[in-house]
Amino acid sequence: MEKFEKLTGIAAPLPLVNVDTDMIIPKQFLKTIKREGLGVNLFDEMRYDENGNEKPGFVLNQPAWREAQILVAGDNFGCGSSREHAPWAIKDFGIRCVIAPGFADIFFNNCFKNGILPIVLPQEKVDILMKDAEKGANARMSVDLENQVITTSDGEEIAFEVDPFRKHCLLEGLDDIGLTLEKATAIDGFESRMAQERPWV
Amino acid sequence: MTGKTLYDKIWDAHLVDQAEDGTCLIYIDRHLVHEVTSPQAFEGLRMTGRKVRAPEKTIAVPDHNVPTTLDREKGIENEESRIQVEALDRNARDFGINYYPVSDIRQGIVHIIGPEQGWTLPGMTIVCGDSHTATHGAFGALAHGIGTSEVEHVLATQTLIQKKSKNMKVEITGTLPPGVTAKDITLSVIGQTGTAGGTGYVIEYCGEAIRALSMEGRMTVCNMAIEGGARAGLIAPDEKTFDYVKGRPHAPKGAQWEAALAWWKTLKSDDDAHWDKVVTIRAEDIAPVVTWGTSPEDVLPITGVVPAPEDFQGGKVEAARRSLDYMGLTPGTPLNEIKVDAVFIGSCTNGRIEDLRAAAEILKGRKLAEGVRGMVVPGSGLVRAQAEEEGLDKVFTEAGFEWRLAGCSMCLGMNPDQLAPGERCAATSNRNFEGRMGRGGRTHLMSPVMAAAAAITGHLTDVRELMAETV
Repeated sequence: MEKFEKLTGIAAPLPLVNVDTDMIIPKQFLKTIKREGLGVNLFDEMRYDENGNEKPGFVLNQPAWREAQILVAGDNFGCGSSREHAPWAIKDFGIRCVIAPGFADIFFNNCFKNGILPIVLPQEKVDILMKDAEKGANARMSVDLENQVITTSDGEEIAFEVDPFRKHCLLEGLDDIGLTLEKATAIDGFESRMAQERPWV
Repeated sequence: MTGKTLYDKIWDAHLVDQAEDGTCLIYIDRHLVHEVTSPQAFEGLRMTGRKVRAPEKTIAVPDHNVPTTLDREKGIENEESRIQVEALDRNARDFGINYYPVSDIRQGIVHIIGPEQGWTLPGMTIVCGDSHTATHGAFGALAHGIGTSEVEHVLATQTLIQKKSKNMKVEITGTLPPGVTAKDITLSVIGQTGTAGGTGYVIEYCGEAIRALSMEGRMTVCNMAIEGGARAGLIAPDEKTFDYVKGRPHAPKGAQWEAALAWWKTLKSDDDAHWDKVVTIRAEDIAPVVTWGTSPEDVLPITGVVPAPEDFQGGKVEAARRSLDYMGLTPGTPLNEIKVDAVFIGSCTNGRIEDLRAAAEILKGRKLAEGVRGMVVPGSGLVRAQAEEEGLDKVFTEAGFEWRLAGCSMCLGMNPDQLAPGERCAATSNRNFEGRMGRGGRTHLMSPVMAAAAAITGHLTDVRELMAETV
């Protein structure tokens, strides 16, 4: 997995609540058997009209935010389905960090598996960052995972919380499966115990 | 010492390892797999030379992409869909996992066939790369959706790295009034708590009205726990659960059945268990409901009117404005005046035999309204066969519905079953998101009897009015 240490870049404002995974990447793009190439279809139905032309009003179509690496969004971001295509599309577009007052559980998990840092902050802090993001391309925000701090384009610092294990995995770019396989003896032990206790499973 | 919740008990019974920071390794008893969220996971195994650790606990079925038309033996026309299903065929064969191919009568929506085949049992941990895995919680199993990276993790290790969720109790007291169903319970709960109300929690549904539900109804309730933001929904197993499970192909038999039963009977929350959040709703206060917007929390009784954005607060004002625009609705319009173009009965929420019986009961001797198209998609080949044995297919076809083969179908429109732009549908599925059932399509979620009522009148309708006519 790609490491996440420190990121400085343009933040795009998306002040909508309940942005669901169907909005992030509609179903017709779930037919792929690969993880790459979904960035062009990120937010497809909000971003393009029926003929595939860009809708000029959508934030990622505007010159200031076409190169955004950070997304500032409304509450309950990523609700809906378990599709990992959602974080794949976000990452493929070039966004490595999403900041919101809250995330849906499965989406939140999926981000960490793909080198994306989802940050939960109280609404009033998100409001500050949303305003900063609205300034556009000249306002670059920075996200420092090691020190758990976001710095706005004005130099204001906002601290954030992150689960220590997940932080460690992101900083080191660790593969979960490799870590778990180191515990193979514990899994073997559990299975033999269960073969006695719950043999019907 | 405080007692434990059902969730605590199942969690403890599957704990393989716990790190100092509370990160846990949880053993997974059943891993369900479908074609959309698994190809990259199997590819990952191939690239690293890893095997499926417990193929006998892994069950795969294609459901999202499969055509539901009667000529499906001709194969899948859409190339990408076909490749995805073929990939699952190959992965199931190469890795030696249990498999129900498209041609098998037992094929169906993964969350319908798990219980049907007895793979789903009380007290288990069950995961699937699909958010509606919560369905299996109806059996008192801890069941939830995972992403593709986690699918690969479970395939390789039969475990999942997890942090424990908090405990939430949703109690439905009393008795449901006539015309009010499990779907109305689950939608009403989401309407009250919001789509993020359950975030960070595992919900246990309890109370007299939940006990009174059939297993099918309980599956409908738990299915939509995810729409309320919860990791999982649970209902403690009881005699109804045991009766449902007994004799199913993969349920334990003989002495093992007795041993399993003895353990299953201990699976309930202790009286002094600690709850982090409690929601109580009187069944008598629940009405037949429909959704008006593009979030499952946009729930109102059918007797209500379309709300205005100003009725809400914060970010929901803009979201409601966007929803109303997408749905083509004007504030103040009585919900029962909203005309529909299509009716969809099916999905992992409401594609079981009892759902079809309930809809057929309303449709019997009646016809689809002029200009409305109707589609019934049974949840599995076996549900379809059972319905045909009971003559339900005749009720549907005589009313003017299409009687389809099993699959996820229009619920997410990955196969050709989709709404056209602007087309409005009364649906028994679980998500009314923008574009979910087809780009520009408009979805109103409701119960099977409410969908049947809308089919007959051509507009959203209080089913209780039609029930009165039958009496």
